[in-house]
Amino acid sequence: MSLKAIALGLLATSALVGGAVAQDEKITIGVSIPAATHGFMGGLNWHAAEAEKRLEAANPNIDLVIVTADGPEDQASDLEDLVSVQQIDALVVLPFESEPLTEPVRAVKDTGAFITVVDRGLTDPTIQDVYVSGNNTEMGVNSAEYMKTRLKEGDNIVILRGIPTVLDTERFDAFMGAIEGTGINVLDDEFANWNRDDGFEVMQDFLSRFPDIDGVWAQDDDITLGVVEAIKQAGRESEMFVVGGAGMKEIIKGVMDGDALVPVDVLYPPAQIATAMDVTVAHFTSNGPVTGSYILGSPLITQENAEAYYFPDSPF
Amino acid sequence: MTTVSAPEAAKPSRGFRLDLKTAGPLIALILLVILGYSLNPLFLGEGNVTNILTRSAFIGIIAVGATFVITAGGIDLSVGSMAAFIAGVMIIIMNWAVDAMGASLATVLFGIGCSLILGVGAGFINGFLTTKAKIEAFIVTLGTMGIYRSLVTYFADGGTLSLAGDARDIYRPVYYDSFLRIPYPVWVFIFVAIIGWILMNRTAFGRYCMAIGSNEHVARYSAIKVDRVKTWTYILQGLCVSLATIIYVPRLGSASAATGVLWELEAIAAVIIGGTMLKGGFGRVGGTIIGALILTAIGNILNLTEIISNYLNGAVQGVIIVAAVYLQRGSFRAGRKKAAE
Repeated sequence: MSLKAIALGLLATSALVGGAVAQDEKITIGVSIPAATHGFMGGLNWHAAEAEKRLEAANPNIDLVIVTADGPEDQASDLEDLVSVQQIDALVVLPFESEPLTEPVRAVKDTGAFITVVDRGLTDPTIQDVYVSGNNTEMGVNSAEYMKTRLKEGDNIVILRGIPTVLDTERFDAFMGAIEGTGINVLDDEFANWNRDDGFEVMQDFLSRFPDIDGVWAQDDDITLGVVEAIKQAGRESEMFVVGGAGMKEIIKGVMDGDALVPVDVLYPPAQIATAMDVTVAHFTSNGPVTGSYILGSPLITQENAEAYYFPDSPF
Repeated sequence: MTTVSAPEAAKPSRGFRLDLKTAGPLIALILLVILGYSLNPLFLGEGNVTNILTRSAFIGIIAVGATFVITAGGIDLSVGSMAAFIAGVMIIIMNWAVDAMGASLATVLFGIGCSLILGVGAGFINGFLTTKAKIEAFIVTLGTMGIYRSLVTYFADGGTLSLAGDARDIYRPVYYDSFLRIPYPVWVFIFVAIIGWILMNRTAFGRYCMAIGSNEHVARYSAIKVDRVKTWTYILQGLCVSLATIIYVPRLGSASAATGVLWELEAIAAVIIGGTMLKGGFGRVGGTIIGALILTAIGNILNLTEIISNYLNGAVQGVIIVAAVYLQRGSFRAGRKKAAE
């Protein structure tokens, strides 16, 4: 194909797009999220794509553009592209990190776009029109409340943490606060990096170190899968139970089937991105006000209610 | 240049030099074991020792392959992604085979066969691009690293690929069972280590690798088929990655974008801790094994103790790695060099 042909093609395409905009009040919404580098983000990416299909089918004048980033710098560039190339009317953003992305999101806001922030808040909350988030504190507290129903004074638990971040610290502090004064001993806590392999190895070491463990708080379903294998390898399934978190389909399935080793899960929904996209679209389509904060619950998932949280088609 | 010529210059005192070179990593490992035992006596319990050996098998096997690549003056950054990619494809193939003909030993063997082919193929691609396309190994393998990592993410839809339950049950013992109280992964590790040692120290191939790593031009003029030998080092590396994957998959029965992250750096670190020169020309398979054990033991010790803040784990690892290499390269060596002159 000659350069001329490409140039002509480009011209034709842009003419078509231009025409469409003129005919119909086309609304473009940019969605900027981290790339699917681990299970939870994989689920989040999947839910974003599902929501895009559903919302675009229901609202022909709305165009959702999902972009994924590998890091904060990458995401900042994505935001610039969304403004300059896509000329977005609204932005749904799950910031990689709060600090570095506050100014780039403010720059988008200054172009007049409607801003929805998801999960990790910006350092300046006045930028956002809508804030949608899971609840790390409630997640920690609900996990601890369940532990309290199963354990008594003098029982021992071990904790596998995620990656040293604010989010992990919030969960951990809330959990520790909630079990304070119950007499449940926390033998030790180690970082398992929200990763199955690390969960497996850290749990192996906990198992060789502590002869008496009654409960494990893994606070994440990927870690939980590794922990479960380590416990099975040691043949100590009957001694303890594991509480994970997030809502991975394999774990939810196990809870539905009455798995004794992983009897419950605590929700931290990757589908929150869909909620954020719904609310943002509603800003353009609904006559009701939508601005404000939406803090989603972190309910305990048990055998009775597990079915409502089971998405067999999701990769997570 | 000085480092390359050093082994030759020191020929007269060869026995003494080799002794300390060998001893360096070993001393570091022994010190680490003493430290581990003093922090928590459980460190030397049978269960824990088995855990360390089994865990070090993945990095260890990959690092044996890396020893050849690095000795011949190359580098392979793609091994971690390659492991994830092979694990992912292997799981897809086995799941497909289970659907098509049911789960049996044949399904698992089929998956293992495919893994070996993939490993050798991936290694060949790295070797071919490095030698025939004349692209620096660093760039070739940086490229393939990104390619394999994204492919596995793509195959898994950003999530996790899991092996079908029935095939999993048949395959599981490969990681979890033992022969003569030694787990199978450790046997594979021992086997790879012995073959690697013989290849490096007792065959023309090993000598060629060292010659090429010391000086590629001289090796070429000495009628060594440089391109062929270098390509073989990458194929060997691919084969080692494939073997590591074969024992990795039955552990958790899954692969995701998070599988094998940073394994390339751990493997390279194990090689260098073991006394192989990063710039090539000198390779020690025995040292690499010790290097892999040191790396695994550090992580294990940190999990067995509470005295160090979790936030400092990376710092402790860094200090021990640098110290281990210092033991063989640092002032002792400089001192002896002066003494020899």
